Amino acid sequence: MTSTTTRAPLKMTRVNPGRVIRWTVLFIGGILMITPLLFMFSTSLKTAGQIYDLRLIPARPTLGNYIAVLEDGQFLRWFFNSALVAVTVTCSNVFFDSLVGYTLAKFRFRGRQFIFIAILSTLMVPTEMLVIPWYLMSAEFGWLDTYWGIMFPGMMTAFGTFLMKQFFETVPDDFLEAARIDGLNEFTIWWRVAMPLVTPAISALAIFTFLGNWTAFFWPLIVTTSKELYTLPIGLTSFAVEQAIQWEKIMTGAALATIPTLIVFLVLQRFIVRGVMLAGLKG
Amino acid sequence: MSSPIPASGAPGGRPAKGPWISMRRRQTFWVWTFLALPIFFYSLIRFYPTLDAFRLSLTDWDLMSEPSFIGFDNYARMFADPNFWQAFRNTFTYLILGTPVSLVVSFTIAYFLDRVRFAHTFIRALYFLPFLTTASAMAWVWRWFYQPAPTGVINSILGKIGLGQLDFLQSTTWALPSIMVTAIWAGLGFQIIIFMAGLRAIPTTYYEAARIDGLGEGAILRKITLPLLKPTTVFLVVFSSIGFLRIFDQVYNMTTNDPGGPLGSTRPLVLLIYQTAFSSYDMGYAAAQTVVLFSVLLGVSLLQLWVLRERK
Repeated sequence: MTSTTTRAPLKMTRVNPGRVIRWTVLFIGGILMITPLLFMFSTSLKTAGQIYDLRLIPARPTLGNYIAVLEDGQFLRWFFNSALVAVTVTCSNVFFDSLVGYTLAKFRFRGRQFIFIAILSTLMVPTEMLVIPWYLMSAEFGWLDTYWGIMFPGMMTAFGTFLMKQFFETVPDDFLEAARIDGLNEFTIWWRVAMPLVTPAISALAIFTFLGNWTAFFWPLIVTTSKELYTLPIGLTSFAVEQAIQWEKIMTGAALATIPTLIVFLVLQRFIVRGVMLAGLKG
Repeated sequence: MSSPIPASGAPGGRPAKGPWISMRRRQTFWVWTFLALPIFFYSLIRFYPTLDAFRLSLTDWDLMSEPSFIGFDNYARMFADPNFWQAFRNTFTYLILGTPVSLVVSFTIAYFLDRVRFAHTFIRALYFLPFLTTASAMAWVWRWFYQPAPTGVINSILGKIGLGQLDFLQSTTWALPSIMVTAIWAGLGFQIIIFMAGLRAIPTTYYEAARIDGLGEGAILRKITLPLLKPTTVFLVVFSSIGFLRIFDQVYNMTTNDPGGPLGSTRPLVLLIYQTAFSSYDMGYAAAQTVVLFSVLLGVSLLQLWVLRERK
């Protein structure tokens, strides 16, 4: 006991060298984590002749690469495609996953448990197993190389449904009953009464769905064949392959693909981190 | 007793029968209205394709001619296919090296970062940022890092300080770990955030009690933190294992000139599936490979359930 009582005040002292060292090591580690991003941005601002110069701050920074890469408009097109796909799929998930999650959480009906288990069981089947049937189905219905073809597999997800069900279960029934007494129909009760009570879950779901679709690679690679329909990750790959060894151009393309998510992160950091924690703990 | 509106779950009064039934019926109508489109979606986009994948795995089909039923020949062929076994081995190498390394690193960072008060948000952001990047974009940045001197950053730095050069992506031994590092780097931020959420969830009273009992830092870590963190750790082990079993984006982008190379030394199962299906158009054989991937992933998920059940 005496040893702890004598050690306790020591921990309270203001400048703790251990703490300073720990902080410094963590800080250096953090800088190392973003080193690839720093080099990417730095090189995107250099001319072809300067890329062997390892200085992080270019001697004569230039936006020439960005102009050259954006000039023919294909990157902007890929931006647009990715944004369109990610926003549409996110809206669809927020709507349908919430609706199904709510129905499973707040109604008692025959087959409820069966439907819940059935939806949940789709989590066991990896996308990779479904892409071949999806591809054949898309070929049959004429969905290959269309926006709908890129989007359809993700329009509803079991993960989102499960997440939303968990949250709707915390909404007190009294609120819904009160709305029923007021004569609202069930759809309005869900949309106007229940949805506003689970906004943290909705934002977590939206962030995850958006990020997942913004960075999606495997299925868009399979389903798209014409450049006009590439999403940003696929476009970037085809662009980088074309550039061969023009690394400053490739880094500019990579930077262009990264900048939007960085901006979103800087604005919504608190939300995103909380959303990840929420989804990770519930999921 | 004659209240027309049933308070759900209220044990007291049983409402009059008439309005109760119509209420029930109206609710049933709404339930199936809400579920109609989702049931159609899950049947067409999830369940049918799952069964279809199993069916296709029993056929020989090149998309040109009609598919022919060949029983389990695709599985027999796989069993004898050295390319398949190489991809299978590679996939497990990613998993067996990647999961422990990334978990130990992310836990260590989360453990110390959790106590940092000064500029906490800023440092956390540094670690979290890579998670938000696009895998294909970052794969090209890392690919550039790994190039031979004078192009590649790492080899140039090694050269400047007078050390030997490393082959990275050109070497059959080092290409796989090099790609794996990229994947670990990309996932680290997520794992750190989840570990920190897990650490926060441990009640401080446990720590206070342990300190009163005179336990040191190491003992607290071993006897309190790690056991209470088990659900978080199990979740992350499974999440990260599934991630490594499905690795594709990094490998594809870092080896575009010879996908899965050099000499197939980096090719994971998913890339093999992609090539079998969409380069060779050997649909039946590719479907059989996806069934194997499915079985492996199912095994990992069941293992998780089993580990978590044992805890109770």
